[in-house]
Amino acid sequence: MTDGRIVSPRRMPLGHSRVLGRFDGRTALVCAVVTVVITILAVLALMTGSYQLAPGQVISALAGGETGIVHEIVVEWRLPRVVAAVVFGAALGVSGAIFQSMLRNPLADPGLIGFSDGSYTGALVVLLFIDGTYLQLAGGALLGGVGTAVLVYLIAFRRGIQGFRLIVVGIGVSAMLASTNTWLILKADLDQAMSASAWNAGSLNGISWEQVLGGGVSIVLLLAVALMLSRPMRQMELGDDVAMSHGVRVGQIRLGLILVGVALTATVTAASGPIAFISLVAPQIGRRLARTAGITLPPAAFVGALLCLSADYVAQHVAPNPLPVGIITVMLGGGYLGWLLFTEARRRL
Amino acid sequence: MAGVIAAAMLLLALLIGSMMIGSTTITPGTVWDALFNPSANIDHFAIRDFRLPRTFVGLSVGIALGLSGALIQALTRNSLADPGILGVHAGASFAVTVAVGMLGVRGIESYMWFAFAGALLVTLMVLALGSTRQGQSPVVMVLAGVCIGAVLGGFREALQLGNPDAFDAMRSWNAGSILGRPLDVLWPILPFFAAGIILAFAVSGPLNAMALGDDLAQSHGVKLTRARVLSVIAITLLAGGATAIAGPIGFVGLMVPHVARWIVGPDQRWIFAYSALLAPSLLLASDILGRVVMRPGEMPVGIITAFVGAPVLIALARRRRVSGL
Repeated sequence: MTDGRIVSPRRMPLGHSRVLGRFDGRTALVCAVVTVVITILAVLALMTGSYQLAPGQVISALAGGETGIVHEIVVEWRLPRVVAAVVFGAALGVSGAIFQSMLRNPLADPGLIGFSDGSYTGALVVLLFIDGTYLQLAGGALLGGVGTAVLVYLIAFRRGIQGFRLIVVGIGVSAMLASTNTWLILKADLDQAMSASAWNAGSLNGISWEQVLGGGVSIVLLLAVALMLSRPMRQMELGDDVAMSHGVRVGQIRLGLILVGVALTATVTAASGPIAFISLVAPQIGRRLARTAGITLPPAAFVGALLCLSADYVAQHVAPNPLPVGIITVMLGGGYLGWLLFTEARRRL
Repeated sequence: MAGVIAAAMLLLALLIGSMMIGSTTITPGTVWDALFNPSANIDHFAIRDFRLPRTFVGLSVGIALGLSGALIQALTRNSLADPGILGVHAGASFAVTVAVGMLGVRGIESYMWFAFAGALLVTLMVLALGSTRQGQSPVVMVLAGVCIGAVLGGFREALQLGNPDAFDAMRSWNAGSILGRPLDVLWPILPFFAAGIILAFAVSGPLNAMALGDDLAQSHGVKLTRARVLSVIAITLLAGGATAIAGPIGFVGLMVPHVARWIVGPDQRWIFAYSALLAPSLLLASDILGRVVMRPGEMPVGIITAFVGAPVLIALARRRRVSGL
């Protein structure tokens, strides 16, 4: 300090700067490779269906060289679904990464603070009592999910927010909402209850360009905000005290992270119903591929996109009859837990 | 000792209340006559065929839930542990859904084995995931339980989506209720409950020693592995059996041991005794409340316990002074 130079806390890296640089190179490589895989899979998804197309047809349709039925199929029917899977998957991956970094736990995701149960409650109310349109359903889910997250945050707030309290309050509020949902399902007639349950499984069926663009724009904006918050987020992984001594305004940043994380999941949920477990799994896979010490956002986004796209491909084309994508991603969650158990067991041997 | 008597009196009062209160209120005299001096009176039918079985099911399921909660809290040394939160109920109910919905298993004496297996698997998974090298971490364990519960719940929904009949049959069971369970459903489980209760009290002493830490317990002659295995078996029998009968009923196992601890302090033997008396009281009180709040309709008891229990959980979390994770 004596020479008058003040090291800005915002410029202070987490570790040695050269170390960070090496990680960044690896991260970039991982993201590039995943992008290539996503592209190949996207073309495959655009080709496959009851009307099979050749790769050349798909590419020329995308370039605007096709007219008639091929253009219709590729650009109007299949492309919105593929774009939705990629964008929504990225949103979910980043949302999960934010929560896992904030709570310093590989098992955290926005569902923990009541988001999923709250959005289901909102959707159920719209479906059962208003018999609403698709848009009202999305609105109800959004309102329910975000309202619950805000409620959980407020209840857990007591001279600041602690991860532990947030988790436990989230579990409590979720439990009440989940039993409300069970009650609503119980009261509904079978058809309504089944369709509500199907919504809750999460599906990209019949998604249109309007939904993709509406959701996509807000997701891109939110991702930009998330990227801006990612440096203080990494610093907060070292503990609130350390982060504060580095000049991070912990309370504000944490509130911002929660808002962005919930908003990302909320946007996806409004458009497609809840697509479970991508937010849980993607950050962990991304972290291991990129070999970073903590959770970083870009790998989580790319891996999330890849997972969502492949899950939707499996749900549509590999399963014996088309399933909601959420059911495939539940299996993803199961696999993740199994893997976690396996590595835990191996580490202790 | 006075406390135990008071708790027993409370339970007795609620047992009688559970016979009296419902869509029609029946006087204690009529209840007495129906039990010991039955005639063709319609109230006597109501009591003998509906309220008596329901009360008895509530009593046994309540004891099982309370003891399994006390056991799991003592075993994991985690005050937030509960068979519901840790996913044990979800494991049992997933297994039962598979058995009933996919394998066409009928009759509780068949599907209870699935409930036991599901409860056992999840208990072991949660214990494995929740233990770090430094010992067991409460938060990680709770998260692992929630996560397992979510995955199993998702699978269960997926199974039910493909099978509307199973969906219809399971949705009331999944809410957690002691309504309409005839005593035939209870008899096959009772021996397992009895075994679970005996095991629970048998390990309460070793669990007391283990509360001081594994090393100290070992130096007091406690066989750690044996005590843990017996605890897990007891949890499986009690929580799995309760779920097989009534569906997943949360939070009873969380709240009651806390109340017991406030009354008697840290001695597990007394905590278990109080839990066995207070848990059925709570369950019966919630069940009575469920009959009254929406007359003439009914609210399943699992929903009531969630609304009573979740605020308790939140209050615990707000009270506890923990800095960060």
